[in-house]
Amino acid sequence: MIECKNLCKIYKNGDIETQAVCGITFKIEKGEFVAIIGPSGSGKSTLMHILGALDTPTSGQYFLDGKEVSKLSDDELSDLRREKIGFVFQSFNLLPRTTVLRNVMLPLLYSDLTQKQREEKAKQALLYAGMDKDKFNNLSNQLSGGQMQRVAVARALVNDPAIILADEPTGNLDTKTSQVVMETFKELNSKGHTIILITHEKEIAEFTDRIISIRDGLIEKDEKQTHK
Amino acid sequence: MITDLIRETIWSLSSNKARSGLTILGIVIGIASVITMVAIGQGAQSSIEKNIEAIGSNLIVVMPGAQRVGGISQGAGSNQTLIIEDSDAIKSQIQSIKAVAPEASRRYQATARGNNTNTQVIGTVPDYLTVRNITMDIGSFFTDQQVTSSAKVAILGSTARDDLFGVNADPTGQSIRIKNVDFQVIGVTMAKGGAGFSNPDDAIFVPLNSAQHFLAGNVYLSDISIAAIDQPSMASVQQQISDLLLARHKITDPLQADFSIMNQNDIIATATSVTGTFTILLSSIAGISLLVGGIGIMNMMLTNVTERTREIGLRKAVGTRKIYINLQFLAEAVMLTFLGGLLGIVLGWLATIAVTKFVPSLTTQISTSSIFLAFGVSAVVGILFGFYPARRAANLNPIEALRYE
Repeated sequence: MIECKNLCKIYKNGDIETQAVCGITFKIEKGEFVAIIGPSGSGKSTLMHILGALDTPTSGQYFLDGKEVSKLSDDELSDLRREKIGFVFQSFNLLPRTTVLRNVMLPLLYSDLTQKQREEKAKQALLYAGMDKDKFNNLSNQLSGGQMQRVAVARALVNDPAIILADEPTGNLDTKTSQVVMETFKELNSKGHTIILITHEKEIAEFTDRIISIRDGLIEKDEKQTHK
Repeated sequence: MITDLIRETIWSLSSNKARSGLTILGIVIGIASVITMVAIGQGAQSSIEKNIEAIGSNLIVVMPGAQRVGGISQGAGSNQTLIIEDSDAIKSQIQSIKAVAPEASRRYQATARGNNTNTQVIGTVPDYLTVRNITMDIGSFFTDQQVTSSAKVAILGSTARDDLFGVNADPTGQSIRIKNVDFQVIGVTMAKGGAGFSNPDDAIFVPLNSAQHFLAGNVYLSDISIAAIDQPSMASVQQQISDLLLARHKITDPLQADFSIMNQNDIIATATSVTGTFTILLSSIAGISLLVGGIGIMNMMLTNVTERTREIGLRKAVGTRKIYINLQFLAEAVMLTFLGGLLGIVLGWLATIAVTKFVPSLTTQISTSSIFLAFGVSAVVGILFGFYPARRAANLNPIEALRYE
């Protein structure tokens, strides 16, 4: 489902070239629950941007569902993100002063669905992400951190994407709320969603089935986890 | 797609009412000030033109003077060279004229029932009414018979009446005293408007012969007013009068003429150049307010869009195509500038009405071209600076846009 071959990303700043990641090769199958772990500056964020089709690699190949992503145009990348990938960001990135429902409906904008169908899908996703029904019409800035992350998860789910990519999804949450959010991901995984999690916290990575450790732009370890 | 676009635009604008409101306010003030400024300028111009029209239509005035004494011009009107025979000759020999009115006027002190005023006393003939577009309010003008018999009758201009007998009084049958001669008032003219220096209503009309016999004590005229039958014939009438008077006064070199001829078109041209300067002044003020307004709009739009770079990044990250992001911001800019533009036109219109109401001496005239100019400039500025930075943000990599602080 996901296949990376010798991925490299080099940032140019004037004459200075910085290698963010280089020589990354791995495969992730459908239905897996993977954590990509590494200290800050290890290149894990760059890797997630490439996996999420937000950025293209400088060299190497990235196949998503058999499609070579690095060769797509800006609009094709947009279409790919809308159809196949759901994002959960560290800082939630909800539209301010906008209702919960509208935030979740954002990825459905300009689709062929009617307004009613969109609302229906958004409501389902919100319930699925564990959001209370009576909060659907609250404004996004009236929510607690945990509630905002549920909205962000619902938004990631609403298009029924092949992969859910979460970048430090618990970074802004306290331990208790983090646990709840991780349980949600686990449940989503058990229902068949492929989930890739980026984190620097070992305890968060422990929730997943497979941990890929990145250090200095290279894969250091790639090991399966068995849960007790 | 289009309903999505409209819905998203309205939601986006209404979810930040303060921001949208301030942007609209900037546009409203820019447009309203331009419209009001230009309306005041145009109003002043047309009121001056109307005052000139009130003097009479297709008017040509012959004045004595510009006599040279040892090579020094004494200035127009300084000499006594016109007599009633000149006026009669013009009347009988020149084609294409409607009426001729010789005048012998001078300022005198006039008194009535203890009130007195210093006013222009115009000795003339009944044709004066035709030449100067005067209509009677009360009573009637004197007749040719009364001119011939040097009757001691007088017609008051409305301002002179107000000064001597009180506002809107009927003075007919009363008598006024000018230079120790009593005149009986037989009528009042209809007010023509205009103010100050050349107020046509601040005058007393008496028969020409009476003015010459009892007041001036000589046979000279202060000017001869001629009404041509229409605008195109004015130039030829002016030329004919000039030739006739040169012949009558036995002068061969037109540069040595002992009279001068003014044509109403000249007066209008002078006044138009004055009001033209006035319009340029007001247009520059309007232009500056348009510029300031435009910069304000530009500023609001730029901050507005820059503030939303993260939102643009998010929209892109969740898979909205660039074109839709561009279209949405374009639609927002169009909606803001049009809403602001319409409100600005309404406000400018109300301000114009308010100006006329509180300062009655200022006439105003809203010009459509100023509306289009103000609206056009603010729309172009608003749309350009609402759309261009949004386009730039939509072209960014979504990660860069999302990280934007």
